[in-house]
Amino acid sequence: MTFLGWLTIFLFAGVLTAFAIPLGGYMAAVYSGERTLLDPVLRVPERLLYRVLRVHPERGQDWKAYAKSVIIFSLAGWLLLYLILRTQTLWDFTGLNPMGFHSAPWNVTFNTTSSFLTNTNWQYYGGETTMSYFSQMAGLTVQNFLSAGVGICVAIALIRGIIGRSGRSLGNFWQDLVRTLLYVLLPISVLVALVLVFQGSIQNFSHYLGFNGLTGLPQTIAMGPVASQEAIKLLGTNGGGFFNTNSAHPFENPSGFTNFVEMLAVLVIPASLVFCYGKMAGNRRQGYAIYSTMMIMFLGACIVAYIAEAHGSPAQHAAGLHTGVIAGSTGGNMEGKEQRFGIAGSAIFDVVTTVTSCGAVNSAIESFTGIGGAVPFANLSASEVIFGGVGTGLYSILLYVVLAVFIGGLMVGRTPEYLGKKIEAREIKLVVLGLLITPLAALFSTALATASHAGRASISAAATGPQGFSETFYAYLSQANNNGSAFAGYTGFIQPNAGNVGSHGITFADLLGGFTMLFARYAPILFALAVAGSLAGKRVSPAGLGTMRTDNPTFVVLLIGVIVLVGALTFFPALLLGPIVQGLTGHLY
Amino acid sequence: MKRDIITSAIGIVVLTLLCGILYPLVITGISQVAFPGNANGQQIKVNGKLVGSKIIGQQFATQAVKHGKPQVDNNGNPVTNPDPRYFQSRPSATVPPYNAAATAFSNLGPNNTATEQAIAANIQAYIALERPYVPGLTAAKVPVDAANSSASGVDPDISLANADIQAHRIAAVRHLPITQVQALISTHTHGRGLGFSGEPGVNVLALNLALDRLNGGQ
Repeated sequence: MTFLGWLTIFLFAGVLTAFAIPLGGYMAAVYSGERTLLDPVLRVPERLLYRVLRVHPERGQDWKAYAKSVIIFSLAGWLLLYLILRTQTLWDFTGLNPMGFHSAPWNVTFNTTSSFLTNTNWQYYGGETTMSYFSQMAGLTVQNFLSAGVGICVAIALIRGIIGRSGRSLGNFWQDLVRTLLYVLLPISVLVALVLVFQGSIQNFSHYLGFNGLTGLPQTIAMGPVASQEAIKLLGTNGGGFFNTNSAHPFENPSGFTNFVEMLAVLVIPASLVFCYGKMAGNRRQGYAIYSTMMIMFLGACIVAYIAEAHGSPAQHAAGLHTGVIAGSTGGNMEGKEQRFGIAGSAIFDVVTTVTSCGAVNSAIESFTGIGGAVPFANLSASEVIFGGVGTGLYSILLYVVLAVFIGGLMVGRTPEYLGKKIEAREIKLVVLGLLITPLAALFSTALATASHAGRASISAAATGPQGFSETFYAYLSQANNNGSAFAGYTGFIQPNAGNVGSHGITFADLLGGFTMLFARYAPILFALAVAGSLAGKRVSPAGLGTMRTDNPTFVVLLIGVIVLVGALTFFPALLLGPIVQGLTGHLY
Repeated sequence: MKRDIITSAIGIVVLTLLCGILYPLVITGISQVAFPGNANGQQIKVNGKLVGSKIIGQQFATQAVKHGKPQVDNNGNPVTNPDPRYFQSRPSATVPPYNAAATAFSNLGPNNTATEQAIAANIQAYIALERPYVPGLTAAKVPVDAANSSASGVDPDISLANADIQAHRIAAVRHLPITQVQALISTHTHGRGLGFSGEPGVNVLALNLALDRLNGGQ
């Protein structure tokens, strides 16, 4: 461990907060229909889009109408993406398939389509050996925008339900979606993409470069429109890499500086949404309380991961390596890590992308030490409410807030209220269902994949002992939480060699994963919207002496307690069998 | 319902054009004008011939020849020996090493014997190459980045500690004063992002090119 490593963690937290507060205010203005900085530029295209889409933005939708729009729009997106990916060679006339890649088979495409639709970006394919530039742009990049947009819309709808003073309207889905894309995601993506190219990312449509290197050995370098996809992949907490090795690839993440920028891009919208919520609720302290909860858990995860990775792995020690800091090297577990990021840059990036639903990686999570690897497990087990995915993080933690209010209410013996609205049996039922459905999907799928021969076929040969279980558990935990990071030895798509002719999928893993992602994305969205609908119509009663406050440190402690308790009770037995066993023994398997 | 279906159908097409065609084209346009070098992969040419990308690592090795025939392994990939005249990059898990058309992690777990064996093999290869020039080099003195495979498989950098050990071999093989090699190393070392983010690294391709220029100039 080094001083600069620790400094990076805390500086990052500070810079993130400094960006998130103003952006949160801006987003509150965007969703409240107030004038914003970008109005003069964007008003015209916004109106144009409404006209083309035949949308009447002033027409409010109740929760059922809002949910119907979300589901039908997602279905349309699924169909188009599947079609584009399966007809890859049909688009060769655009010149955007210079390597002549064929479509991946139906089972992998089913998984990939479901994965990008649900903001998961689980990848059973290698980008540079499977996808044409056209598929990456018109297929995957588009869903990077839209799945993120849908997540934000649901969060905004839930906020409106909680703070709504009149009627049952949660706003208009189409208006929220258009404004999210035009006012938030596109402008920031352009900015991030240009910073990345400025720092060394590539952005072209060239044929792959083939040449002989300095000593005469042949090398081929994959090219493509990388920066544009990288920017929204991070900003929308999507995480699907242009290349197989994701943000570890020098073209996706060229330097220590871009690594910092990329981590900021991942967390800035989830963090801003919390401040946006405080502002929209007319009580900024509510936002600060939730933000503190998230930040405390985030810093805890960073600290544990950094210490564990800096310590090195049992395999390194058995091979005789010294893993301490020496002159010119920071030591630590450098298996599957890049020199320019080092231990701290890899450990923090890993925490950033697993607390959110991003799932991008700049190092191989499978090669993390037992305890270092247990950190992403724990982040996923907390159902991604520590900042969480864009939108999904906020609506999930708001469900936890309601649950904490309910438990707090039981403890003091009063009818629980949140922001003046009574929390009753119906809301609590919906909240608990919304919170437990993701763990249920994760554990059920893991059990199925562990118990069946077809499921075990995906485990990599080198993953002996508990590592094999960790691979499986992580795969379904990640897909159920719509994260998308992987213990990447777990395979669903076998590519015999470069080029994907003759490739095939492990249909069991492809399908189980695909269904897990779809179920664990849309079921919680429906429950969150139902909670919003149920709260929207409620009368607000003024706060009295006995009202439990939800904006002070006591509540932050209660909220952390509830999140940890639910996560631990659900996942602890499974965690013990995998990463914790490995972390506690120095034993090799 | 019907209204939702119509709006969704139009919406997905229009938004695909906006986010999937227009947005990448705009970024490409600006990048190609403002940062053409970066946008096209920082290609390095020697005498007009492409030899690599500055930020993609490569393998500095030569193909093994037996009985006048270049050797290949069971999968048809060339069998190589490190070229002692050059600084060596980190171990790579791609097939063949430094395959920038199909990048891959090693995915070796922290507690697996397969991992220990891979690391031990890397250490052995490193010691075999460097010990003649650095007497007393043991496993415990091998820098971790030289023994562990990188994430991308095409890591362009090595650590300073790693470069300092290899400097002795380079100086001896190329008949250069060690101080001159060390000076070249520091010229091709990049610092941390913003002074704190990430770790310093030595760009191996740039360093090796500089060595060739030096020898060519003598």
